[in-house]
Amino acid sequence: MADVIVDIPIAAAPVKPAAAFRKLLHNPGVVFGGVIIAIVVLMGLLAPWLGTIDPTAINPIARNRIPGAEVSMRTDTGERIKMIALFGTDGLGRDIYSRVVYGARVSLLVGVSVALISVAVGLFIGLLAGFIRILDAVIMRIMDGLMAIPAILLAIAMVSLFHSSVLTVIVAITVPQIPGVVRLVRAIVLSVREEPYVEAAVTLGTSTPKLLWRHVLPNTIAPMIVQGTFICASAILVEAILSFLGIGVPPEVPTWGNIMAEGRQVFSLFPHNIIYPGVFLAATILAVNVLGDGLRDTIDPKMAKRV
Amino acid sequence: MSMYGYLLRRLLGTIPVMLVVALFIFLMLRLTPSDPAAIIAGDNASTEQVARIRGQLGLDRPMVEQFFIWSGKVLTGDFGESFFFKKSVASLIGERIEPTLSLAFFTILIAVFVAVPLGVLAAHRHGSWIDRIVMGFSVLGFSVPVFVIGYLLIYLFSIWLNWLPVQGYQRISEGVGGWVQRLILPSVTLSVIYIALIARMTRTSVLEVLSEDYIRTARAKGQSERKVLFRHALRNAAVPIVTVIGLGVALLIGGVVVTESVFTIPGLGRLTVDAVLARDYPTIQAVILLFSFAYVMINLAVDMIYTLLDPRIRY
Repeated sequence: MADVIVDIPIAAAPVKPAAAFRKLLHNPGVVFGGVIIAIVVLMGLLAPWLGTIDPTAINPIARNRIPGAEVSMRTDTGERIKMIALFGTDGLGRDIYSRVVYGARVSLLVGVSVALISVAVGLFIGLLAGFIRILDAVIMRIMDGLMAIPAILLAIAMVSLFHSSVLTVIVAITVPQIPGVVRLVRAIVLSVREEPYVEAAVTLGTSTPKLLWRHVLPNTIAPMIVQGTFICASAILVEAILSFLGIGVPPEVPTWGNIMAEGRQVFSLFPHNIIYPGVFLAATILAVNVLGDGLRDTIDPKMAKRV
Repeated sequence: MSMYGYLLRRLLGTIPVMLVVALFIFLMLRLTPSDPAAIIAGDNASTEQVARIRGQLGLDRPMVEQFFIWSGKVLTGDFGESFFFKKSVASLIGERIEPTLSLAFFTILIAVFVAVPLGVLAAHRHGSWIDRIVMGFSVLGFSVPVFVIGYLLIYLFSIWLNWLPVQGYQRISEGVGGWVQRLILPSVTLSVIYIALIARMTRTSVLEVLSEDYIRTARAKGQSERKVLFRHALRNAAVPIVTVIGLGVALLIGGVVVTESVFTIPGLGRLTVDAVLARDYPTIQAVILLFSFAYVMINLAVDMIYTLLDPRIRY
C-alpha cells in the first residue's frame, strides 16, 4: 500500500565519523534536541540530589495542594520538615515535583530500551529476510500482518497478556516497532546487493558473513541510528499513553503518564497534576524528534529526501 | 497488467494479511496464562464445572481445529461472549460503534480541511516564516501527547471560557446540535497529530510538483497563482497525500483510544481499555480484529481510488 511514497533507498556510502560529528554540531536540530535530552538525562540520574523527597511518600494531611504551597512532609527518618511543594501535591499528598523528576527515569529507560531492542531484533530479522530467499516471503507476510494492527492497539493487547511491570511495557511497545525496522533493513540489503562493489565482492568469492560485515552492516548504521531515535520518541509517548490509560507501569511507580492518570479525576480543580508532567513529557518527545530530524538530515540525507 | 487485474490482486492480497492478523490475535489469547473457562466459571466453581465450560467452549480440542472454528465464527460476525459485560461481543460493538465513527468522521474532516491548505501554503511560500511555522507545528503535533492537548483544550474552552461541555457524548438520535457540540473538542484534539502528518506530506508533495515543467507552462500562460496551486499542483500531488491519509488511520485509531478516555466517550476505544483492564479477552480480540480490518480496508480503498482517478498509474 505504501509503494508509491516509500521507494527503495539507495545505500549511502559509509560516513567518516570525525567529519560526520563536526557536521552534526552545525545542525540546529541536533544541538537543540541534544541539549534538552542531556538535561532530562541529568535530571533522571541526579534525581535524589535535586531537592526531591521520596516520590512515593504518601502524606494525607497535604493532599491536592496547589503549586508553591507550603506543606509539611515526613522524611524517611520519620521527622517532619516544612517545604515548598513547587509543583503542588497530588490526591494522596505526594510531592509532584519529586514525582516528575523521578518520572524522567522510567521514560528514558523505556525509550532507550525499546529503541535498542527493536533495532537489534529488526536488524537481525531484516538481514535474514534480505539474504535468505526462502525466509523472505514468510517473514515479510508476518511483518505485513503485524503492521496491519495499529501500534498502540497492539501494545495495549500485549500489555493485557502479562502482569503489569516495566518489562511488560517495554516488550509490548517493542513488538509493534519491529516490522518497520525489518522493512527498512531488508530494503537496504536488497539495494546494497545491486551495488557494483558488492557484485564484485560476490564474484571474487567473498563469504556471506564477510559480505554482511564489510558491506551491508556499514550501510545500515546511519538509517538505524535515525530510525532508532524516532522509535525512542514514539516509545516514550506510548509508555505515557499506556500509563495514562491505567494499563502501563504499576501506578505506584512515578512516571509522567501515571502522575497524569491520577490527576484525571481532579483535573478541573487541580490542573497542575496534568500540566507539569505534560510539559516535561512533550518537551522530551519534541527534543528526541527534533534530534531525529537533525540526524536524518546530516548522516542519512538519502532518507531525508524520501520523507 | 490491466487495471482490473491489479485491483483484483490487491483485493486478494488483503486475505493473507488478515489471516496473519487473525492467527496472531488468536494465538495471543491462547498463550495467556489465564484460563478463559475458569474466568467464566467464577471463583466458586468446582473443577467439573470448569471442565464442562471448557468443553462447551471447545477449548479441549486441538489448537488448529480451534483456530478454524473461531475464524469461521468470526467470519459470520460471532465474536463470542464477553467475560466482563456478560453479553455477546457483537452486540457490545454495535452499541459502541456510533461514537467512534462520529469522532473519526469529524476528525478526518477537520484534519483534511486544515492540513491540505496549510501544506499548499507552506510549499508555495517555501522557506518563508509561514513555511517554518507549519513545519514547526507539524513536529510539535507529533510530540505533544493527545491527552495533554485534550486536557489543555478542556481547561481553556470548557472550564475557563465555559463555551463547550467538558466531557461526555450525546447520541445523534438525541439531537444533532448536542451531538456536534460534544464532538468539537475531541475531534479538534484528535485531529492535531493527523494535521501534522497530512500538512507535512502535502508540503513535500506539492513542493516536488511545483518544479515540474507544466507548472511553468501554466504560469507562463497567465493562470492565477491560486489556480496553479490548487488545480495544477495539488491535483498532481494528490497521490502521496491520499496515501498518507490512509496510512495515518493507524495513528487515528490509536488516538481514538486515548481521546475517548479523556472525554469519557463510550466508544470502541474506551471499550478496548475497559476490556484490557478486565482481562476480557474475547472483547479485546474482537476490537483489535475490527480495527485492523478497518485499517486494511481503508488503505485498500485508498489504493483503488487513486488507481481509478490517476491515469498515470499503471501496474
